[in-house]
Amino acid sequence: MKALRWGIPLAIFAVLVGFLFVGLYRDPREVPSPLVGKPAPAFSLADLREPGRKVATSDFKGQVWLLNVWASWCVSCRVEHPLLVELAKAKAVPIVGLNYKDKDADGLAWLAQHGDPYTLSVVDADGRVGIDWGVYGVPETFVVDKAGVIRYKHIGPVTAEALQQTILPLVRKLQQS
Amino acid sequence: MRTLARLALALAFAFAAGASLAQQPAPDLEFEGRLKRLEADLRCLVCQNQTLADSNAPLAEDLRREVRALALSGKSDAEIRTFLVARYGDFVLYDPPVKESTWLLWFGPFLLLGGGVAVWLAIVRRRRGAGVSAGADEPAVAPDASERARKMLDETSSG
Repeated sequence: MKALRWGIPLAIFAVLVGFLFVGLYRDPREVPSPLVGKPAPAFSLADLREPGRKVATSDFKGQVWLLNVWASWCVSCRVEHPLLVELAKAKAVPIVGLNYKDKDADGLAWLAQHGDPYTLSVVDADGRVGIDWGVYGVPETFVVDKAGVIRYKHIGPVTAEALQQTILPLVRKLQQS
Repeated sequence: MRTLARLALALAFAFAAGASLAQQPAPDLEFEGRLKRLEADLRCLVCQNQTLADSNAPLAEDLRREVRALALSGKSDAEIRTFLVARYGDFVLYDPPVKESTWLLWFGPFLLLGGGVAVWLAIVRRRRGAGVSAGADEPAVAPDASERARKMLDETSSG
């Protein structure tokens, strides 16, 4: 009886501490996307470099590709940008840029200044396609497989760690399948 | 005279304002109310503790525009919610659905309540048990003491 008297509150306390401890290391801004495992939402948008040309999701069928949401006004995009440039140099996987709620001229100037890692960038000026992809903060990066299904979503700037440990291994696995 | 001029000016402004208001189509109050209620139930993903109706974030503006467009195209509230949940997950709902992953959220409080009731019952039972055992094993008042007390009471009432 004595043991229970101490044991029960102690157990409740331990559970509470456990929950809070895990909570410390979780980012509430990272909302899991319901789109992972679903076909990538279709778009048909203008190419940033060649405004006359339309680019559609279906153009990438048969290859693994990344969709990286970026904007010239986005500060944390600058953090991940050198990594993307490096990734593009390694030619590991095509990166498609979604220039989100940006002005074309600003976007082009930004790419000229910081380097352009994108196979191509598409223009989502009013953010309509962003909504379809469940974008709520820039930058965001999606991994899309050969069949056009979203396999992974990274929220916030891509880190070297995320790239090496999660994104690139997944890309390699998907490319082999 | 000056007051009169001011009054005239004020009236003129009032008229002008009234006229420009009258030219706009009357807002559909029922429709606006429905949108407000719907948006008050949806969470803004940027300012996570604000509703879509309250948030000034650019994404909230876009989503409000989207919700309005969907409502205008004849979609029901449930269809609009489904549209947003398909893109942003249950997180956009302030009223999350009951399913396996939200069981703890919905039933956790009742679990805690049940635990509290169990503890309370245990305490009550132990106290009652303690009282009974005290009466049986070691009488609170010695038998000769109560005998003496009765005698003393008899004496005072008779004397």
